[in-house]
Amino acid sequence: MDYLGSGFLRALVLLFSGDPETFSAVTTTLEVSSLSILASLALGIPGGFILGYFEFPGKKHLRAVVDTLLALPTVVVGLFVYAFISRRGPFGEMALLFTIPGVALAQTILVLPIVVSLTATAVEGLDRRLRLTLITLGANARQIALQTLLEARFAVLTAAVTAYGRAISEVGISMMIGGNIKWHTRTITTAVALETGKGEFAMGIALGIVLLTLALLVNAVLVTLRRKQ
Amino acid sequence: MEGIVKKITLFLIALSLFLFTGLLAGGAGAADQVLMMATTTSTDNTGLLNDLGPMFKADTGVELKWVAVGTGNALELGKNCDVDVLLVHAPATELKYVADGYGVDRREIMFNDFIFVGPKGDPAGVRGKSVKEALKTFAARKIPFASRGDNSGTHKMELQLWKAAGLPVPDKETWYIQTGQGMINTINIAAERDAYTLTDRGTFIKYEANWKGEPPLAIIVEGDAALKNQYSVIAVNPARCNKAKYDLATKFSEWMASAKIQKAIADFKLMGKQLFFPNAKK
Repeated sequence: MDYLGSGFLRALVLLFSGDPETFSAVTTTLEVSSLSILASLALGIPGGFILGYFEFPGKKHLRAVVDTLLALPTVVVGLFVYAFISRRGPFGEMALLFTIPGVALAQTILVLPIVVSLTATAVEGLDRRLRLTLITLGANARQIALQTLLEARFAVLTAAVTAYGRAISEVGISMMIGGNIKWHTRTITTAVALETGKGEFAMGIALGIVLLTLALLVNAVLVTLRRKQ
Repeated sequence: MEGIVKKITLFLIALSLFLFTGLLAGGAGAADQVLMMATTTSTDNTGLLNDLGPMFKADTGVELKWVAVGTGNALELGKNCDVDVLLVHAPATELKYVADGYGVDRREIMFNDFIFVGPKGDPAGVRGKSVKEALKTFAARKIPFASRGDNSGTHKMELQLWKAAGLPVPDKETWYIQTGQGMINTINIAAERDAYTLTDRGTFIKYEANWKGEPPLAIIVEGDAALKNQYSVIAVNPARCNKAKYDLATKFSEWMASAKIQKAIADFKLMGKQLFFPNAKK
């Protein structure tokens, strides 16, 4: 039962020897999660702003739906997207199954509620006088929106980090939509699942440590960004 | 302040362009010479495909991509036209699959055998007995038994063995542990619970290798004629799935049956033990 010790040692070896299989899984993980985060931020920040800023009928219900979707299980998203992008599904012609964009698409659906919900909360939490001040200063609608989001930027950044953490660590979607194909769609998490399936527990733990190191780096970059502001 | 927003937006646009061009460059060149296969965990977990994949590429220029799932799931992927070829092991189900028009050109490639493994001390006292006797003992004495329970080839074989022994599948019995997981995980669960389980020999050799010769489980029942485990290649029916690469699937099937690859399969060893026995007909 020395999985932990040998796993840790092996993680160091994998990280510093430039093992091509590990490197491929790392780049695939980064590619997939970056794509899905970009897409979910592009859709989620405006969505969250609208949900948090404006008053409209049914807002409370919509908010409840978004918050419920925070609990979306990854395999359910995987199944749902599979049904649409399988060759026999309505979008089968696009040949997205077992590809990186396919996984990114499904992960976007998974993390979008996180971005929307946290952005909405951030915008709601701002001082109400900000809006009035902006209006008296003669800001137009676009300027108001930008300024409001700028005020809430740290909270929006937190939303992005949380979403990134969810995307980088999920395994259900990557396995079902990506198929864990070596050199192509094998991410770190599906590689961990494979090594566990092979009974190579130490290797699984090593890859887990590699993933955590990656998450640490992403967070370190964000912390530096925050300091600079 | 708006300057910062513009800079961030520009950076994000540049990053997305970079990522997408990377994807296109990666995907375009290889697009037509890729064969997509669905196979079972046993061929992947033992490392056989890691050897055969690069050989196929070297011999034919075609890249073999595979997803390793249970046989039930693999057949379903073929039914949905998501793969071009299958390498599976559940002969009765396969024949029905071909008869139903989902697959064509089923070709037997190799076999290994199933074995019953259990605690070294053999608490049920079935070592060396027949499959029928062993199963009857498990049921009568409520001996813990771990089942894959996942519609895989191994699971289908186990269900068939209960039927052949004239026993109902002990679905709701407390001693019958349905794991719903892959083979090695199920063996691990059996080891933790002092249970018996049915496994393909290849995966068990891999399991023994992980324990460096000191595994808590041992082979209890083997050699029964009912325990043969036949692997076959099936092409996805191009008449149903117009995108299926039937020509490449045929190439793969013929390549697997060729003398060279049949020998490579026989030479594939783990811990000095042969895992698969080639038996393709000429």
